[in-house]
Amino acid sequence: MTERKGVVIVGEFSDANLAPISSELLAIGRKLADESGQELSAVFIGNEISDQVTNEAIFFGAERVYVIDAPLFKDYLNDSYVGALEQLDKEIMPETLLLGHTSLGRDVAPRLAFRLDTGVTLDCIDLSIDAETKLVEKTKPVYGGNAIAKYICEEGRPQMATVRAKAVSPLGRDASRSGEIVAFDPGLDEVAMRGKVVGRVKEEVAGVKLEDADVVICGGRGLVGPEPFEKLHELAGILNGAVGATRHPCDAGWCPYHYQIGLTGKLISPSLYIGIALSGSSQHQAGMSGSKIIVAINNDPEANIFGIAHYGVVADYQKVLPSFIEKCGELSSKKGPDIGIEIQKEGRSQNE
Amino acid sequence: MINIAVCVKQILDPEIPAKAFKIDPEAKRAIPPKGAELVISDYDESAVEAALKIKDSYETKITVISLGPESAKSTIRRCIAMGADEGILLSDALFDDSDSFATAFVLAEAIKKLGDFDFILCGRQEGDWDAGQVGSGIAELLGIPSVTMIGKIELKNEKAIVERVISDGREIVEIPLPALLTVGSEIGEARYPSLRRIRDASKVEIPTWNAENIAVAKSRNKMLTLFVPTREGRCEFIQGENPEEAGSNLAVKLRQAKLI
Repeated sequence: MTERKGVVIVGEFSDANLAPISSELLAIGRKLADESGQELSAVFIGNEISDQVTNEAIFFGAERVYVIDAPLFKDYLNDSYVGALEQLDKEIMPETLLLGHTSLGRDVAPRLAFRLDTGVTLDCIDLSIDAETKLVEKTKPVYGGNAIAKYICEEGRPQMATVRAKAVSPLGRDASRSGEIVAFDPGLDEVAMRGKVVGRVKEEVAGVKLEDADVVICGGRGLVGPEPFEKLHELAGILNGAVGATRHPCDAGWCPYHYQIGLTGKLISPSLYIGIALSGSSQHQAGMSGSKIIVAINNDPEANIFGIAHYGVVADYQKVLPSFIEKCGELSSKKGPDIGIEIQKEGRSQNE
Repeated sequence: MINIAVCVKQILDPEIPAKAFKIDPEAKRAIPPKGAELVISDYDESAVEAALKIKDSYETKITVISLGPESAKSTIRRCIAMGADEGILLSDALFDDSDSFATAFVLAEAIKKLGDFDFILCGRQEGDWDAGQVGSGIAELLGIPSVTMIGKIELKNEKAIVERVISDGREIVEIPLPALLTVGSEIGEARYPSLRRIRDASKVEIPTWNAENIAVAKSRNKMLTLFVPTREGRCEFIQGENPEEAGSNLAVKLRQAKLI
């Protein structure tokens, strides 16, 4: 049996740009490769992949880039993407295979792991080489972030993981780096692919994107309706931030689902997070505990959010918020563009 | 007649306060605090709701399958009270501490034994270990197509048209049956069973299969350690004569700290 070798990351891109998760994967992949004296490669799957994407992957740490480029991969379907990666695995036999914990990675990784007869750990926040076993030790939050577990995969190769966005900082971009770009044809039978993408609904976000925002204002169950989100947007406008929500307001239709922050929503790590009328369930904390400074306004002094907050006000938010917004308006140096209001007054029509 | 299998898991209530959450580092699992409830994993309840939405429009039979201890029968009965037709428990000491691989293997074996299904529905991820791979694993083991993170299911000409929730919107995917779908809370709030239905379901016999009836697989992932991260109490509470003043004091504080 040929020995397995090397670390491969499955990169992602949007148009001609490398997605942030790709440079993060390259950083953690580089660390694992260096610690075990192996090579780091990236693979991109798509149709008409820009040279800029593959070049950037090299600038961020890849020594080799595999390109799987065909009309078949224009739309994402797990049959074709898993099939392509299965063939690549046969060809290059990596020791370790990493994906982002993204829409793509969380769908591809488990199916691919089962097909390759190996184990995978999803949503890792850290990966390292265990000194004793030389295996990849995979760290992930469990029980909604209440606990942390570390896993290894003793049998089954490649060792696989998906890595949470923003868990790792990318390496510095070095445009003097060079690497090899290799086109790979997985030879899939197009007819055998099951399913097809027949439509797409894109949720346009006005203003700053939640994941990229430096300031996030988050509303919870205690807002008791869609109207208070207008106030949150007003504050976001003053602080040049974005508005998010815990799960309940999204389920209740007070705001669209793309507002959701938490284990199953967006994962954010802004400089300033302001939580309003929310308890801070572990599910929510799993998505925001990486925030640098956490501020909470809640009338329940026992709310979990105060356990991780830096500044807190224990009072009815309805009484606190107007004066807080007014004072922020006077003092803030961050005033940004008015980011518009996306309140849903009648159910979830916006998502339809 | 549409045949649907729904896989559900009974878990420790994930909404217990963080302070009450304790683990046994030796056994590498959570210790249920006194009075803590065992509940159906959230997204699995969404999967049951998705099956019921199909049943609302078509003649449908829903079979609920759960792998777990004897207590999981109450979770199966709850699904029956919601509107599922029957349930089966997979329970054996040999199934304990199964990782996602071993769990998916046992569930896939049970599904094969139960017969032909048009849909197999699972929650998008479990509410305790958050592994998020059992559904895709079952699909792979059964060799059927899968779409994950579904917010809507429609039927059209022997195919399913499903909405997959992705980071910046939704993708509409047409998929041939049988198919495995994993469901998120976007499917809508799960229906609440009536007291009468809860009472009726409490009398339903739930057959149990063990390792004599179904094959077992070895786990792939080995847990080395489990620990609770330390959280320091550091919150500075901003005061004021009244809540209004506390609000403006908070803004002043954030400005002083150069945060706004």
